Amino acid sequence: MFDQKILIMLLEGTRDTLYMTLASTLFGYILGLPMGIVLAVTDKEGIRPNAVIYKVLDFIVNVIRSIPFLILLILVIPLTRAIVGKSYGSSATVVPLVIAAAPFIARMVESSLKEVDKGVIEAAQSMGASDMTIIVKVLLGEARTSLLVGVTIAVGTILGYSAMAGAVGGGGLGDIAIRYGYYRYQTDIMIMTIVILVVLVQILQYLGMLLSRKLDRRRL
Amino acid sequence: MLRPDTFYMRGNTLMNTMIRVEHLSKTFSQKDLTVEALKDVSFEIGQGDIYGIIGLSGAGKSTLVRCLNFLERPTGGTVTVAGKNLADLSTKELRAARQNIGMIFQHFNLLMQRTVLDNIMFPMEISGVPKDKAKKRAMELLETVGLTEKAKAYPVQLSGGQKQRVAIARVLANNPQVLLCDEATSALDPQTTRSILRLLRQINQEYGITIVVITHEMAVVQEICSRVAIIDHGVMVENGSVEEIFKAPKTEAAKRLIFGGIRQVPRMGSRHCVRIVFSEQSSYEPVIGNMVLEFKTPVNILYAATRNVSGKAKGEMVLQLSENEETAQKMIEYLKNRRLSVEELENYVNEEELEEDV
Repeated sequence: MFDQKILIMLLEGTRDTLYMTLASTLFGYILGLPMGIVLAVTDKEGIRPNAVIYKVLDFIVNVIRSIPFLILLILVIPLTRAIVGKSYGSSATVVPLVIAAAPFIARMVESSLKEVDKGVIEAAQSMGASDMTIIVKVLLGEARTSLLVGVTIAVGTILGYSAMAGAVGGGGLGDIAIRYGYYRYQTDIMIMTIVILVVLVQILQYLGMLLSRKLDRRRL
Repeated sequence: MLRPDTFYMRGNTLMNTMIRVEHLSKTFSQKDLTVEALKDVSFEIGQGDIYGIIGLSGAGKSTLVRCLNFLERPTGGTVTVAGKNLADLSTKELRAARQNIGMIFQHFNLLMQRTVLDNIMFPMEISGVPKDKAKKRAMELLETVGLTEKAKAYPVQLSGGQKQRVAIARVLANNPQVLLCDEATSALDPQTTRSILRLLRQINQEYGITIVVITHEMAVVQEICSRVAIIDHGVMVENGSVEEIFKAPKTEAAKRLIFGGIRQVPRMGSRHCVRIVFSEQSSYEPVIGNMVLEFKTPVNILYAATRNVSGKAKGEMVLQLSENEETAQKMIEYLKNRRLSVEELENYVNEEELEEDV
């Protein structure tokens, strides 16, 4: 159906998409996980309520989350140039992806941590646990299943965003779909990229759920 | 090690005070709404005591127990545990003090993602006990609570009673001097409740741990407590030995809690209902039979039961006496002369709330 050149291009596109997705997820969590923890801890029901910190962070998260990703891509070009050195290609796409993903990840982490039974937190406090111990061993430990489900959702969402970045020369499968499928009317290539994206999402989703189920001790 | 620094007299024994609460109050405020959960509560708990705090739901007992380890900070008054005024402690010192004040809960509050063994090791992770030592200690504790074979199980695989046993093993890990039990048996069936209470008593005797039992069930207090405080609408209305309070409750709240056990009494027209309590010695003489023979007037037995109060068998009976005022008074006199505790139940008739509260 396709010649070798196109096949190699599709393979490279898949590789780039995976690279962008996984790198953005990783950096997204490096930023988003602490943000989510701070949100959960400083909330008025949290272990160390702090209205000021909560409101400021909450506001930042909401602002970034309301900017459409395509606009964000263009908005952060100066920052991307400063960090990566250029504004196009896979590595350059990671910058806006991380910025878009971090607040989204922060929200998911916040909601996962808030699911942890208040009684268990109280028990840890009654044992003399420090806030740090409670965060690491109780909140993150008890919420691990929910956090892993969050990672799975984040990977899927970031994968979708990364394809969008193709519109502005982002690289990866989205880029191929737009360049060949849209500008050159090569519908078969576009469909092929969609098939690959669907398969990727399915595999990642399956692995994520499998892992979170394996790690969940709350079921018999 | 923390040491109690004060003493008080109980009967002829000199007791060390483990917990002293003075003029404790706690007010919750939310915008325009303020709730006084505790009002000027003062009491002392001796070292090695099993002390019951009983009240209906909403009375403030859960808030009170949380003030004993500062999970709730009081708005007034002082709490001194093992010689330390908790309000004077820094955050770090308070955490160290809490390792000496264990707590178990109605819903057990185990870490669901950890094995039984890891749950018991958790407080030792907090206090910095080396892992191999912690594991050895955890295994010993599992033996104490009789769950050795469940070491590798997860909490979801355990029954309620087993979960509470794990929670008890966990709380013992750091050798606390005080154990707070917040409705620890309220989620358990009567049989499991008894086995958990037995375990608590065994711990109290073996390790000399002072135990504070928060409950809404008089039966729990009767089963293991030596002393009891009754709390009603944030006020401690009565406290003393369980025996005294069971025999002659003074306050309305105490009567409600104790007579709450008397359910099956039909509402009668007579005003002369009395509740009498027999101790072991007085059960030898057929008091009621002799009284009927002497006055040649029958009495109606409305309720009778034996209860185990602090390990002693107590007979409890509600009698409807003669309609004749004079005879009734004489009968009461007669019973009192037989050294029985007699209580007139004026409110007994039309006491509908009694049945609702049970």
